[in-house]
Amino acid sequence: MQFLEARGLPTRKDERYKYTDVAAVLEPDFGLNLGRLSLQFDPRQTYRCRVPGLGSSVHYVVGDSVAESNVLIDDGSLFVGSMVEFAQRYPDILRAYYNKVEGDSLAALNTLLVQDGLVIRVAKGRKVADLLQIVNLSVGSVPMLANRRQLIIMEQGAEASILNCNHSATRCSNLATEVVEGVLAEGSHLQYYSVEETTNNCNLLNTTQFVQHESSKLDYASITLNSGLSRRTINITLDGTHAQTAVSGLVLANDNRHIDNNLLVVHNAPLCSSDILYKYVLDGSSIGAFAGKVLVNAQAQKTDSQETNANLCVSPTARMFTQPMLEIYADDVKCNHGSTVGQLDDTALFYMAQRGITPEEGRLLLQQAFAWDVLQRIDLLPLRQRLMHMVEERFRRGAGACGDCVMCAG
Amino acid sequence: MSREARVKNDNTFVRDVANRDYEYGFTTDVETEVIERGLSEDVVRLISQKKGEPSWLLDFRLKAFRHWQTMEQPTWGHVHLPAIDYQAISYYADPRGRKRKSGPQEIDPELEKTFDKLGIPLNERLALSGVAVDAVMDSVSVKTTFKERLAEKGIIFCSISEAVANHPELVREYLGSVVNYRDNFFAALNSAVFSDGSFVYIPKGVRCPMELSTYFRINAINTGQFERTLIVCDEGGYVSYLEGCTAPMRDENQLHAAIVEIVVHKDAEVKYSTVQNWYPGDREGRGGVYNLVTKRGLLKGEGSRLSWTQVETGSAITWKYPSCILQGDGSVAEFYSVAVTNNHQQADTGTKMLHLGRNTRSTIVSKGISAGHSQNSYRGLVKMGSKAHGSRNYSSCDSLLLSDTCGAHTFPYIDVNNDTSVVEHEATTSKISEEQLMYCNQRGIPPEEAVALIVNGYAKDVLSKLPMEFAVEAQKLLSVSLEGTVG
Repeated sequence: MQFLEARGLPTRKDERYKYTDVAAVLEPDFGLNLGRLSLQFDPRQTYRCRVPGLGSSVHYVVGDSVAESNVLIDDGSLFVGSMVEFAQRYPDILRAYYNKVEGDSLAALNTLLVQDGLVIRVAKGRKVADLLQIVNLSVGSVPMLANRRQLIIMEQGAEASILNCNHSATRCSNLATEVVEGVLAEGSHLQYYSVEETTNNCNLLNTTQFVQHESSKLDYASITLNSGLSRRTINITLDGTHAQTAVSGLVLANDNRHIDNNLLVVHNAPLCSSDILYKYVLDGSSIGAFAGKVLVNAQAQKTDSQETNANLCVSPTARMFTQPMLEIYADDVKCNHGSTVGQLDDTALFYMAQRGITPEEGRLLLQQAFAWDVLQRIDLLPLRQRLMHMVEERFRRGAGACGDCVMCAG
Repeated sequence: MSREARVKNDNTFVRDVANRDYEYGFTTDVETEVIERGLSEDVVRLISQKKGEPSWLLDFRLKAFRHWQTMEQPTWGHVHLPAIDYQAISYYADPRGRKRKSGPQEIDPELEKTFDKLGIPLNERLALSGVAVDAVMDSVSVKTTFKERLAEKGIIFCSISEAVANHPELVREYLGSVVNYRDNFFAALNSAVFSDGSFVYIPKGVRCPMELSTYFRINAINTGQFERTLIVCDEGGYVSYLEGCTAPMRDENQLHAAIVEIVVHKDAEVKYSTVQNWYPGDREGRGGVYNLVTKRGLLKGEGSRLSWTQVETGSAITWKYPSCILQGDGSVAEFYSVAVTNNHQQADTGTKMLHLGRNTRSTIVSKGISAGHSQNSYRGLVKMGSKAHGSRNYSSCDSLLLSDTCGAHTFPYIDVNNDTSVVEHEATTSKISEEQLMYCNQRGIPPEEAVALIVNGYAKDVLSKLPMEFAVEAQKLLSVSLEGTVG
């Protein structure tokens, strides 16, 4: 609160918020579920988010509370459940890991307002076989502000895969502030995928922070298929040697969507690697923004870092801002970044037209191929295939038409 | 050979170069008329009066000064620019002093000697054929050579003060048309107190037969240099313009806030090359020039071309973004830069390419070399306007790190507003590879020479764009600037 008072909310004059007007997002009069009223809503009945062929345990967060039960799993080495419950069972652990996000006003706002959250703790050496799927549902018949929080603790040698989906079960405009904090201890491996498939009324302000220790490995991907304004601030700090991080993102936007990904990867230890790939396909009058900074501190010798950002503007009124940055204070490093903004290759379209593929189909194929580069980096095959299907559907049938959920059915 | 062993391996080349340090650090003992320190409306009026300016120019200065008073020194650069006390600087220093009465064409022999020492002969007989020079010391233009020969072709090449007196219509039309006095803090300051600089006008269809060049020198103590250069190249014209600069070694920092404006009309071409070698301060980072410059070109007509080439080796702090506004359809802009920082130098430099017209093309090649404790940043903006259909940009920024205490940074901004333009950007950061050094050593090239060789090869893309005389000087400068950085 003090930080928020001193600093205020970010404005467009803040370098990291140059392309997103936070004040405008927060301006509407949103309701807050302060009384912790239980919502008459059964997510399993009304909402399905399924990934065929994937053995996963699915857990719902409705609005900003964990649905169904406070403790979803607690078998000694794996805890999935409400933060309030976790605080009672493991107060010391929570204290050690909670609220370590520094210098971000939106995270501070979330900390101020948040009432509960989700904790996933994987204890030392535990390898979770099933995918943990968290479905965040925006609900409410009036405009609501949901403050969601996730804390992910990966202890030494732990392994887990998490799929975080954002969906909406309301046509009312709403805003979610979301803070995801994760710590990867020595030798742990986390796959974290975030899929946004909401409506143009759903705005998201997300702050994600991962701290990685020695030889830990993080695969992070955010896939934005449909949303209103979506802003993600992603901070990854590599604190231990030989830590590896792969960050990818795919954004498909049309109409007047505004998608902003702001990434900061800090290399604090030697021999770490980071690999960043972000792709945007912008249609309509959508605005895409990407800023990715790789900061290599003096002690982080032998860093290997790659950053690629490729963007397609497929309509004359789409707008793309990109800012791939390097800030390097160590000399023995290999860092590069590349960024392009362009259109589909005319030669390829011509080639396909020659072979009887219609221009529309040709464009579709090229756009899909462009997007699939990012999806190829997802290790879980069923999930990758499902996302490929969703991307194809998205290109063919437009936004918000997965044909699979209550919103489409309704 | 291990890295430590190589560093210890004393070599006369490095010692030679290290002892050479900054070659141009001498001062000239010449009677200089300096006005009182401080900045106020009266000072602006005094400068205007000393130069005998018309009232419209005084109004321009006063407007800029009043606007400057409302502004704050910017802090967004990746440099530690200390708060400058603008009242501690003298804004006008005239080394021609009181001798002016004896006629403006006669130069003090001391001044002539100074420029001779810098390798810039002001005597036309001795001068390198093919280069006309405007020599500017402190706040005034000392001499412009080959003026008459150029005038035969209708080319105007003179100091901006002379241009104000002799060609007021041209100056009035173009001054401030590319860099408005409201543009930024230092542009407002310059617009208020600018003293001298060069003016070039190339008439329709004329190819300038020789290279034009301005040599800037700061001599007097506690003064700032605020030069203003204006180049107008009319339809189908061509000019290649060179700029060089040095300053004496002083423990205090000196301020240099210049504006360069270039207007390129239809099918005309301007090449602007800079070798910037202001005093960079000593090894502990004491002294040196703050080089805070606004340079911008307007590619006004169809098919116009502008190319900026810069070799930045001097200055304690460099803050400079030679930019291009590609307004004419099919205009072409290029930016080639080598920025070398050593010891405690800081550089934040790059370019802006604003594509407004259709089918415009721009190329950016930036090479940064950092050594010692220096910080070297590339900052660039490529913007494609909504009407800039079919435009292309290619940017490439490479950084080379020569010590483990320096920094190399890249901050590109790309902003695309249409669906037919293509923008590509790539950047790499690396050090000189052990393999390359090993290869050179195997062939009997000692480590220091190998580094110089590799660095020169690395910067070749840019150096090859420089005119001949400058390329040689720039190559020499590169090796001097990198003294003692073997690694």
